[in-house]
Amino acid sequence: MSQNLTYIPEPELVKGNHTFGSITRLVGDIVETPAPKWWYIAFAISNALLGLLLAMIAYLFYEGTGIWGLNNPVGWGWAIVNFVWWVGIGHAGTLISAILFLFRQGWRTAINRFAEAMTIFAVMCALIFPGIHVGRIWVIYWVFPLPNQMQMWPNFNSPLLWDVFAVGTYFTVSLLFWYVGLVPDFATLRDRVKSKWGKIAYGVAALGWTGGNRQWQNYEKSYMILAGIATPLVLSVHTIVSFDFAVSIVPGWHTTIFPPYFVAGAVFSGFAMVMTLMLITRKLYGLQDIMTINHIEKMNIIILVTGNIVGFAYIMEFFIAWYGGVEYEKAAFINRAMGPYAWAYWIMFLCNVISPQFFWSKRMRTSIVASFILSIVVNIGMWFERFVITVTSLAQDFLPSSWGYYSPTYVDVLTYVGTFGLFFTFFLLFLRFLPMIAIAEVKMVLPQANPHNYDEDGNEFKKIAEK
Amino acid sequence: MKENTDKQTYGLLAEFKNPAHLMKAAKLTNKAGYKNYDCYSPFPIHGMDDAMGLKPSKLGYIVLGHAILGFTGALSLISWTASVGYPVNISGKPFLNFPAFVPVTFELTILLSAFGAVFGMFFLNNMPKHHNPIFNSDTFKKATDDGFFVIIESDDDLFHDEKTRAFLQEAGAVHIETIEK
Repeated sequence: MSQNLTYIPEPELVKGNHTFGSITRLVGDIVETPAPKWWYIAFAISNALLGLLLAMIAYLFYEGTGIWGLNNPVGWGWAIVNFVWWVGIGHAGTLISAILFLFRQGWRTAINRFAEAMTIFAVMCALIFPGIHVGRIWVIYWVFPLPNQMQMWPNFNSPLLWDVFAVGTYFTVSLLFWYVGLVPDFATLRDRVKSKWGKIAYGVAALGWTGGNRQWQNYEKSYMILAGIATPLVLSVHTIVSFDFAVSIVPGWHTTIFPPYFVAGAVFSGFAMVMTLMLITRKLYGLQDIMTINHIEKMNIIILVTGNIVGFAYIMEFFIAWYGGVEYEKAAFINRAMGPYAWAYWIMFLCNVISPQFFWSKRMRTSIVASFILSIVVNIGMWFERFVITVTSLAQDFLPSSWGYYSPTYVDVLTYVGTFGLFFTFFLLFLRFLPMIAIAEVKMVLPQANPHNYDEDGNEFKKIAEK
Repeated sequence: MKENTDKQTYGLLAEFKNPAHLMKAAKLTNKAGYKNYDCYSPFPIHGMDDAMGLKPSKLGYIVLGHAILGFTGALSLISWTASVGYPVNISGKPFLNFPAFVPVTFELTILLSAFGAVFGMFFLNNMPKHHNPIFNSDTFKKATDDGFFVIIESDDDLFHDEKTRAFLQEAGAVHIETIEK
C-alpha cells in the first residue's frame, strides 16, 4: 500500500525567513532612526487640523450650540453622527486584540498593536462630541456620580448616562490592554536605544520587565483575562450606544434590531479604517513581510461578512416596519428611502451593501488598490448610515406640521474635519515613538518559537521546501 | 554549601541556543531541585510553566475579587442614589428599577476586573521595579531580543559556584557568566 503523501504546511504568518533578531530590528529601527520627511509634512498638516478643532471648540464654548445647524425637530446632528462613527471605528481594535485572541487567530499579531492604537485615538475623537455638545460645558461633571452641595445624583435609568459609563470604561480598558501589550516591547526598546532620554523613557515605561517566565506566566494570564472581559465589553459598548436611540420612542429608532446591527456596523467600519491605515503604513515603512496579502484578504473577508450583516439589517428594518404595521414606523422608513434624505440613504446603501460585494472575488480581496478604495468607500457609507439614522428620524416624526430639514453649518463641518487632526496627530506620534508591531507577539507565531519545532538534540527541523 | 558563595554574586547566568534548549535546561534545573531560578525569553514559550514546575498563576483570584467589588459597589451606588439619595419619580415607576441598572453595573464590573487584571499582574510580577541586578549583565540585553537565558540565584540553597556552573554547562549552555550584585 504505497501512497505518495505530501505534507502541506499552513501558510506562514510572517514571510521572508525572519529570525527573532530581524523582527526586533525591523520594528525597532523605525523608532530609533530619524523620522522620514513625509512624517514631518503629515504631522504639520495634522497639527494644523488639530488647531482648527481647538478653534472650533473654543468658538462653540464662547457662543453656544446655536452655531451648529441644529434646529427644532432635529436636536441631534453631526455631533452625535460623528460620535457614533468614531466609536464604531474604535471597535475593530478590540475585536482584533480580544476576540481574535480568544479564537487563537495567530495572524492578529501583525495588526493588533496598530489597531488598538487606532481604537484609543478614535475613542478620544468620539468622546469630544458628547463632551462639548452639552451646552453648559462647565457643569459636564454632573454626568459623574460625584457627591455635591446640591445633593444631586445622575439618573441611572437614562441611556445617555449608560453611555458615559460604557464609553468611559471602554476607553480605560482599551488603554490598559494596550499598555499591557506594550510592556515587553518597551523592554525591548529599553535594551536597544542608544540615546540617554530614550533609555530613561522606555525604561520607565517598561516598569522593570525582565522577560522571565515567572513574569510571562502572570502576563499571559492577565492578557487572557483582559481579552475575556474586553470581548463582552466591546459588544456592550455599541449596544449601549444603540440604546441612545433604541430606548426612545422615535419611529425609526425604537427597534430591537439596533444592538446587533450597530455592533456589526462598528466592526465593519473599524476593519475598513484599519485597512486604510495599514495599507499606507506597510508601504511607507516596508512592513510587507509582517502585514502580508494574507492579512489583507482575511480582513476583507471580515468586511464582506459584516457588510452583509449590515445589509441584512437594512432590509430587515424595512420588513419589520411593514410587518409590524405601525403607521409612523412605516412612514419613517418610506421617508428614509424616498423622502428628502433619500440621497443620503442611497449613498449609504451603495457604499455599505453594494460595494463590499466586490470582495466575493479573490482577485479583489487580494488587490491592494481595490482594498484601499473600498475601505474608504465603506467608511463614507458608515458615516452616512449614522447620519440617516439620526437625522431622518428626527426630521420627520409624528406630526407633519413640525417636520423640518437639517443642514450642517461650516462649524459642524470644520469640527468634524478637525477630529482627523486629533486622530492623526496621535497616530503619527504613535508611529514615531512606539513599536507599531507587537514585537514579542510576532516572535511567538514564528515556527522557531515553538519548542516542538526542534528535534531531540535541539536542532531546528528543516523547512519542507528546503528538503 | 552557602558559605562557599561569594557575597557579591547575585547568580549565574547561562545562555542557551534556542527555545528547545531552554526548555530542556528548565526541566533539568527543576529536577535538580533549584528553587530560585528563572528562564528568560523574548516571548512566552508554550509549555515552560510545566517544565519549570510552576504553580498556576494566582491572578484569577485577584480579578474575581475586583469583579465582585465592582458588581456590588455599582449596584449599591445605583440603588442608594435612585431610592434614597436622589429619588426621581418618573411616571410613578419604581425607584428600584433593576433592569435599567444592568448596563452601568456591567460596565463597572468590567472596569474593576480590568484594573485587577492589569495592576494585579504588575503586583505579582514585582513591577514597577527600578533596580534589578540582572541588568548588570550586558549579555542579558539579548533577553528581550533573541536570547534565551537561565539565571540561578546565589541565595538558592543548592547554589554552589563551581557545581552550579558545571551543572549549567552540562545542561547545554553556550555561555555562562557570573552576575554581580
